[in-house]
Amino acid sequence: MYVAVKGGEAAIANAHRLLAARRRGDAQVPGLTLEQIAGQLSLAVDRVMGEGSLYDPELAALAIKQARGDLIEAVFLLRAYRTTLPRFGHSEPIDTGEMIVERRISAIYKDLPGGQLLGPTFDYTHRLLDPALAGDAPLEAPETGVDTGEKVTRVSDILGDEGLIEDDPVTDSKRPVADITRTPMEFPMQRDARLQTLARGDEGFLLALAYSTQRGYARSHPFAGEIRIGEVDVEVMIPELGFAVVIGRVKLTECQMVNQFQGSAKTPPQFTRGYGLVFGQAERKAMAMSLCDRALRAAELGEDITAPAQDEEFVLSHCDNVQSTGFVEHLKLPHYVDFQAELDLVRRMRAEHFASAAKADDETDVAKEAAE
Amino acid sequence: MALAEQDESGVAARQRRLSVLAKAEGKDLLALWKQTGLDPAVELLRGPESGLVALRGRIGGGGQPFHVGEVSATRVTVRIESGQVGHAMISGRDARKAQLVAVIDALAQDPAQVERIERDIVAPLEQLAGEADAKLREETAATRVNFFTMVRGED
Repeated sequence: MYVAVKGGEAAIANAHRLLAARRRGDAQVPGLTLEQIAGQLSLAVDRVMGEGSLYDPELAALAIKQARGDLIEAVFLLRAYRTTLPRFGHSEPIDTGEMIVERRISAIYKDLPGGQLLGPTFDYTHRLLDPALAGDAPLEAPETGVDTGEKVTRVSDILGDEGLIEDDPVTDSKRPVADITRTPMEFPMQRDARLQTLARGDEGFLLALAYSTQRGYARSHPFAGEIRIGEVDVEVMIPELGFAVVIGRVKLTECQMVNQFQGSAKTPPQFTRGYGLVFGQAERKAMAMSLCDRALRAAELGEDITAPAQDEEFVLSHCDNVQSTGFVEHLKLPHYVDFQAELDLVRRMRAEHFASAAKADDETDVAKEAAE
Repeated sequence: MALAEQDESGVAARQRRLSVLAKAEGKDLLALWKQTGLDPAVELLRGPESGLVALRGRIGGGGQPFHVGEVSATRVTVRIESGQVGHAMISGRDARKAQLVAVIDALAQDPAQVERIERDIVAPLEQLAGEADAKLREETAATRVNFFTMVRGED
């Protein structure tokens, strides 16, 4: 526990002034514009929007600039900002089947309607640093191909047609949609609340947990059924008009993880699924999310809960990096009074320890003398 | 019956118009608006107001809805000098764009203006959006790959 302290105003003001100067760096070098950050560090912007749980590329770019590139600090800034705004309402559920696809791959079907579309990917690069990028040489425009107009069907819809994979969970429109920003977390959680928590969860934490399931801590034999990245329309019901309108588009990454068969007395063996949906281009996060989603369905699917990734209280209570950093970093704040109390206690314990040791020594000496 | 049908097509037209305007780039919208020379007196009835819209996805892509996160949004309601009321909600925080969308929505309630709005603003914006999407689709199409499964040596 920390207690309030007074004083230090001048030091704090000077520290913040110093921070501002250090953030800016060498004044001879031009400052970064938000357009540069949003345009050229777009995956950092996407990560901050996802974990900040607020889709606004310009604000995320500002947060990154203000945080000197510390992405967790940027996420914190975005989360703090969102608490200052009223909520107008919610969108109609977005339809990822109607996505303007920029990338779509499947690791389970070689040929599928709409094709394998690599899009702007790091895959198949050699991960060799490119010295040419130290400059700003002109680039070739992207190659173009013929758009066949073929619909890019979701893999889950293809498999689902044959009954080989579990269907999407039944929609019960009467059930209110969970919202962890309005209702405190309570365990056990429904899958909608779990997915909302995972969608804003820390990429590194979820990635490590996802990896743990692959290494044998809750084995789930996953296949990347489909990853798709692209823009979807956001539709919102406008009460004054009485109908829904599109208010804009958002870029999303969706991952359908397909996992080993599961059968019961009631259902024949079929593939089960984990789902990931994240703001922006965030493939690693979407994959980790879908692996964690699947691992957290252990109880629902009658699997033994043996591993950390299956423990929803463990996973969901610790995946939020703003909460995590808040509690870890609060240790920096003054704990002087607390520590004084602990010091007193340790001094007392040591005094008692030495006193009883001395007493024991005396008794041993007395016993020795008596024996002699 | 005829009235109901008209209402229905009116709703669909307004829905499409507002959607096209909301998705347009602010600068494109402003440029086209300036070209029309329209400049009605505007009374702000509400906003422009910044806020959030909770974005919903569906579990597995087609199942029970869940919240993915929030999207910043701006809404505004205006009345123009001829009495029509217009509404707008757009994603992002561009209050000027939101207000312009609401003004155009109000103007389009006037049967004398609706065709002009369609011809000079909505149709060109829709074409621009279509061109941008087509470009993205063509660039993506060039990255379409056909994987061949290699025959392994053991056979």
